[in-house]
Amino acid sequence: MMKNDFKNSAENSEDIAIQGEDTTKKRKIVVPGEVIASGEDYLPSDGTRREGKDVIASRFGLAEESGRVIKVISITGAFVPRRNNVVIGRVTNVTFNGWVVDIDAAANGFLPLDESPRFISKNDMAQFLAIGDVISAKIWSINNRGIDLSLNGKGLGKLEGGFIFRVSPNRVPRVIGREGSMINLIKDKTGCNISVGQNGWVWIKGNDIDSQIRARKAIEFVTDKVHVEGLTDKMEAWFTEN
Amino acid sequence: MASFKRHDGRSLTDMRPMTAKVGVVPNADGSAMFAFGNTIAIAAVYGPRLLHPQHMQDPATGILRVNYDLLSFSVADRKKPGPSRRSQEISKMTEWALAPVLDLEAFPNTVIDVQVYIIQADAGTRTAGINAASLALAHAGIPMKNLVCSVAIGKQDTNIIVDLDKEEEDFEDGEGATDFPLAKIANTDQFTLIQLDGKIPPQRVKEVLDIANKSCEEIYEVQKKALKELVE
Repeated sequence: MMKNDFKNSAENSEDIAIQGEDTTKKRKIVVPGEVIASGEDYLPSDGTRREGKDVIASRFGLAEESGRVIKVISITGAFVPRRNNVVIGRVTNVTFNGWVVDIDAAANGFLPLDESPRFISKNDMAQFLAIGDVISAKIWSINNRGIDLSLNGKGLGKLEGGFIFRVSPNRVPRVIGREGSMINLIKDKTGCNISVGQNGWVWIKGNDIDSQIRARKAIEFVTDKVHVEGLTDKMEAWFTEN
Repeated sequence: MASFKRHDGRSLTDMRPMTAKVGVVPNADGSAMFAFGNTIAIAAVYGPRLLHPQHMQDPATGILRVNYDLLSFSVADRKKPGPSRRSQEISKMTEWALAPVLDLEAFPNTVIDVQVYIIQADAGTRTAGINAASLALAHAGIPMKNLVCSVAIGKQDTNIIVDLDKEEEDFEDGEGATDFPLAKIANTDQFTLIQLDGKIPPQRVKEVLDIANKSCEEIYEVQKKALKELVE
C-alpha cells in the first residue's frame, strides 16, 4: 500500500524524467528530513538514512529509487572529492617530495614526486611543475592527511596554455553528456581542446580567441539549463544560431 | 480581551506574510533569502572548506561558523558597520540553533561558513536569519537531519501574539512587551533555541510552545516550497 502511494507521488510535477532513463528509476526532489519511502523493503544508500520504517533524506537533492536502493543525488553545493575523480587543479606550492595542488575542495591535493609520469630530479621539480601551473590529475586516495593525486592515466598531466573557468561541479555530468556526447559535440563544433574536471574546473585551449569564447559560451549554455530533455539536440541547434 | 486588535489587523496567531527564495547569491555554495513582512534576511553558505586558524580545526568533525550582522541601511538610523556585542551574540546563538541538525563528521578539519545579513529590519531578525540559514545550508547540499524553523512569540500586555514587528516590540503599556524567540527542528518537538526577553508567567510558557509548534509548521511549508521551486 505504502509502495503504491510513493509511486503515485513520484508521478506528479516534481518528478524529473531524464531522457533515456530506465523507467524503473523514479526521481523526485526532496528536502532534508523528508520521508522518501516507507517500508522494510527499501535499502537506504548515499544521502539517506533509516528511521524505523521510513527512509529519510539526509540532504537536499534528487531522490532516486533503483530497485530497492534509494539514494539522494546532490544538485547543488560544493565539490566533494571521491576516489578516481579526474580533477583540474592549480599548483600552489612545491615541497621537497611533491606538489601541493589547489583542487577547489575542502582539502588541498598533494601530488607526490613518485607519481609523476617520468623521473624528475628533486633539484628541478619546478621545471616540471611550477607554482601557478594547471594540471589535470586523478584522485588516487583520500585519507585523513589529505587528498593524494596521480598523473598516471590517459589525458592526465600538465595543461599548457589555454584558460580555465569554473562551472558548478553538480553540472559536470551534463557538460560531459552520455558517454561524452555533449563534450565531443562542443569539441567538434569549436575545434578547441577541452578538459572538464569533476571539481567543476574547465580548461579550454583553441586556435583563436573566438572559438575559445564560443566553447565557453556553449558550456555555460549547458550549465544554465538545469533539467531539460534532449540537451544534445538543443546544443546542436544552438551551434547553428551562434 | 476578545476586542484586542493588533495595529496591522493580524489575529493573535497570524504571522506576517512570509517569502522565501533559494539561490540568491550566485558565488556562494548555497544561499537563501527569508522574509517576515518587512524583515528580510539573506544567508550565504561557503564550504566545507579548510579551516584557518589551524588550532581551531577539529580532526573529528567539521565545524559551523556563523556571522550575523545588520547591514548599515537595514534600520532607520544608520547602523555603524562592523561587529558589535549584539551581532556577536546572535551569531553564536544562530550557530547553536543550527548545529544540532548538521552532520559534519564526513568533513574533518573543515569549516562551513554561514553569513547571515539582514537587509531590512523590522523585528524578528534573528528568527528570519535562522530560517534563511537553514535553507542556505540545505541548498549547499550539507548533510542535515532536518530543516530548522524559527519564530518569535511575544506578549503584548497579557496577550500572547505571534511574530512581533518593531512597533509591537516597543509596546510599553501594561505589562509591556515580551519577546520569546524560538527555533525548532521541523516535524519534531525538539527546540534548539529558546530565548526570553521580558516577563511571562511560567504556566503560560506551555501555551507559547504550542503556538510556536503551529507557526513552525507554516514556516516549514514555506521553506520546503522554496527548495522545491529551485528545479521547477
